[in-house]
Amino acid sequence: MAKHGFDIKKQTGFGTIAIACFILLYTPIFLLIIYSFNSGTSIAAWEGFSWRWYVSAWENEQVQDATVRSLVIAFWASAIATSVAVMAALATTRTPKFKGQTAAFAMINQPLMVPEIVTAVALLILFSVIKVATGYTGLLYLIIAHAAFCIPFAYLPIRARLQGMDLSLEQAAADLYASPFLVFRRVTLPQLWPGILAGAMLAFVISLDDVVITEFVKSAGQDTLPTYMLGQLRRVITPEINAISTVLLGISVFMVVAFTLLSKIRN
Amino acid sequence: MADLSTTVAKRASRTRWMLLAPALIILVLAASGPLLITLVYSFLTPGDYGGVVWKFSTDGWFNVFAQRDIFDDTLGWSDAHLSILWRSIKLSLMTTLACLFFGVPTAYFIATRPKQQRDMWMLLIMIPFWTNLLIRTFAILELIRNEGTINTLLLWLGIIDAPIQMLYTEGSILLGMLYVYLPLMVLPVYASMERLDFSLVEAGYDLYATRFQVLRRVIMPLVKPGVIAGSILVFVPSLGAYVTPRVMGGGNQLMLGNLIELQFGQGRNWPLGAALSITLLVIVMVALIFYVRTAGKEDAHHG
Amino acid sequence: MFTGISAITAYCLDTGTGDTNLTTAIHARNLRKVYPGNPPVEALAGVDLEIGDNEFFTLLGPSGCGKTTMLRLIAGFEHPTGGTLEMFGKDLLDLPPYKRPINTVFQSYALFPHLTVAQNIAFGLEMLGKPKAEIKATVDEMMELVQMTAMADRQTSQISGGQQQRVALARALAPKPRVLLLDEPLSALDFKLRKEMQLELKRLQTETGITFIFVTHDQEEALTMSDRIAVMGGGSIRQIGSPRDIYDRPAERFVADFIGDTNFLPAQIKSVEGDVAQVLLASGKTVTAHLPEGVAREGAVTLAVRPEQASLTTSETGLLSGMIDNIVYFGTDTHVHMTLEDGTTFVLRQQNSADSTLEYEKGDRAAVRFGANVAQVLKD
Repeated sequence: MAKHGFDIKKQTGFGTIAIACFILLYTPIFLLIIYSFNSGTSIAAWEGFSWRWYVSAWENEQVQDATVRSLVIAFWASAIATSVAVMAALATTRTPKFKGQTAAFAMINQPLMVPEIVTAVALLILFSVIKVATGYTGLLYLIIAHAAFCIPFAYLPIRARLQGMDLSLEQAAADLYASPFLVFRRVTLPQLWPGILAGAMLAFVISLDDVVITEFVKSAGQDTLPTYMLGQLRRVITPEINAISTVLLGISVFMVVAFTLLSKIRN
Repeated sequence: MADLSTTVAKRASRTRWMLLAPALIILVLAASGPLLITLVYSFLTPGDYGGVVWKFSTDGWFNVFAQRDIFDDTLGWSDAHLSILWRSIKLSLMTTLACLFFGVPTAYFIATRPKQQRDMWMLLIMIPFWTNLLIRTFAILELIRNEGTINTLLLWLGIIDAPIQMLYTEGSILLGMLYVYLPLMVLPVYASMERLDFSLVEAGYDLYATRFQVLRRVIMPLVKPGVIAGSILVFVPSLGAYVTPRVMGGGNQLMLGNLIELQFGQGRNWPLGAALSITLLVIVMVALIFYVRTAGKEDAHHG
Repeated sequence: MFTGISAITAYCLDTGTGDTNLTTAIHARNLRKVYPGNPPVEALAGVDLEIGDNEFFTLLGPSGCGKTTMLRLIAGFEHPTGGTLEMFGKDLLDLPPYKRPINTVFQSYALFPHLTVAQNIAFGLEMLGKPKAEIKATVDEMMELVQMTAMADRQTSQISGGQQQRVALARALAPKPRVLLLDEPLSALDFKLRKEMQLELKRLQTETGITFIFVTHDQEEALTMSDRIAVMGGGSIRQIGSPRDIYDRPAERFVADFIGDTNFLPAQIKSVEGDVAQVLLASGKTVTAHLPEGVAREGAVTLAVRPEQASLTTSETGLLSGMIDNIVYFGTDTHVHMTLEDGTTFVLRQQNSADSTLEYEKGDRAAVRFGANVAQVLKD
């Protein structure tokens, strides 16, 4: 750094606060990761390196069960949310402005605005009525609930991509004898896929991470990984929780890097 | 001659609603619809073992702010509920301020890095943002528990004799919420700072402004929309926070989210829970409307 | 109908192309387009237009004159508020764009970024379900035609602007449309490339025999390439004619003003004989002027005189006299700016040659002369 001369971008103390901010963000995460490898049962006193907690998490049937359930829900919820979001994004970007557009937009984004606890309680009420009426207590409730709050997360990147696309390309395809379906399949879709993939990944991660809505909607014995972890809080915390967290953390880091790269792909 | 543009418009309208239908059906089923049912439930009578009895009652709403003394049946403010409401608003505001304190300089710091470095710094903000909120809460919990890293370290160094009780206080909830919601502040503030035209900063210095004056009179007014957006993004989820106060408050320091949950669990008062959750929704909507108004005004200012 | 046919017959005689079996490719009747809004915007105010087969037809006008709307209506990207549109006698309006045997060269080229040059050119043929062998043959032929064979497997982002332009053209020509629409396709090219492409386009049109409908706001482009030009303004067609017609015989002030530089002179009609009028100038002298159809045959009128059709002379032989305000040298010619006695400004243009020198200076008094039948009486 050149000391002489006036740095117009400098603001006194901002650099220090920023570094403090990054330290604040990462210290707990690093400690969490480090102690997942602790050979002792403490999450604060280091006793040596070991994989034991990863092994014990892997062999824990409840964890296995919750992991599979989390993945199944996240898969279906993100698949449903992404498909309907693609259609909704096409409707809101590829047809002229219409009455009810604002209302439709508000509805799609509702899960972003309404506090999760409010939605969770509302779903608890609705689904408890349906559960009593139909007797069905399967995973479908969780999948639909997750799909609903994943829709805006899938919708926004897809819509952004559609809006960034050159409309004359689709007109050129129509001009060259492509029917509306062929325009979508041969011109829109090939350019849209980074947006779709980004939206699907975002939806998948959001579903995988959900605690509150799952906690209220799940029937007995339907723990997902996050609700299982929340339940463990009442017991003694062992580094097994750290091990599970570290694995989930790894998935998140992978996803965010992939997402960043995807959104960099130019139209 | 039929007006062709109307027939075409009609066809476009049908296609549009057919494309929107699947998304809207799911959202009505699992987002908007349940809210209406919640509103209905808030006017019913609680059942003995949870659930409701289909009998109209305003007790749910009445109990949000008031209570009847169990001994002499006199009316009074519900101190417990009001203190929880106050704590929720207070902690949410404090979280927003703390996030502003850390987030704005951080966003500025990132925005003033060389272009090719900025993405890397932003990735460091994005990673916690994408990481499970529960995991992040756990991470900070493990840091400040009585058996946690800080206390263990201080004991080992001999600075303290007994662990300091940091967990299960309002301070620990505040720290937890600051930690989990900080990225939500940095993202929008950075977005508006990145667009900042630094020739305006140069013009400020050229016209004799000091560093602080440039910050206050030039930079802050220009990035205000991002700051407001970030504040709303932090304030709204803080107000409805459930996981962080549950983990960091340990059931002693309830916030609105936990109070609502209580009514559907041990409290067995679904109508009260429904009324509380509608109350929370209304407060959030007021904050959002305030935001839309302010943002709209900002837009008008900038042409 | 009658006026339309007579217009085309007139055009045939006028330009002498010798193409006797001229049929109408595109026929618009009272075509209207109003964009809803507050207030609604009338982009087309009832346009009647016939474009002949094999014609290089240009829609010329300033931005917002409705020329692009007209093109988009023909392509099918927009739908008219009223009126009819036919192609070779068949109604077009019921057909979506992908069922119209019309192709467009877009202003932005609109090349598909995920496809190669050859794949772009093949796109339309694939959509029409042509056999593979035929597609390949046509694509090869088209790439040859636009001299892009060497670039077949390039991504469209890897070729230059001029090359993109050729690919866009080849892509639109490949399905052998009856009509090709070109939406200011040369506007993104630099000056030299634009000149080249103008000749190229004209060559392609002659070789393929496809009707070209070309939209531009560049008058020079329109004059050099077109068989006929429609000058548009304010959502309607102001004048249709050959480039010579439009330039030499502008029917109204808007056209005279938009195409080239024009001097406008106040005048009085003294007498009329056929399409020739004797008009009295402000100086009191009389001159013979051309009188187009539909213009007032008496009273005060405006006279248009092109700067290059006037010359400086002595006051005895001149029609109008005044003072020279400024003399500007332009290389090939010299512009003389004058203020006439009645206060109107007048510009005249003299070609420079090695042996000629202008014997006037700034501040001199001089007179202006122009030949009989050079001036044009305008519809206001």
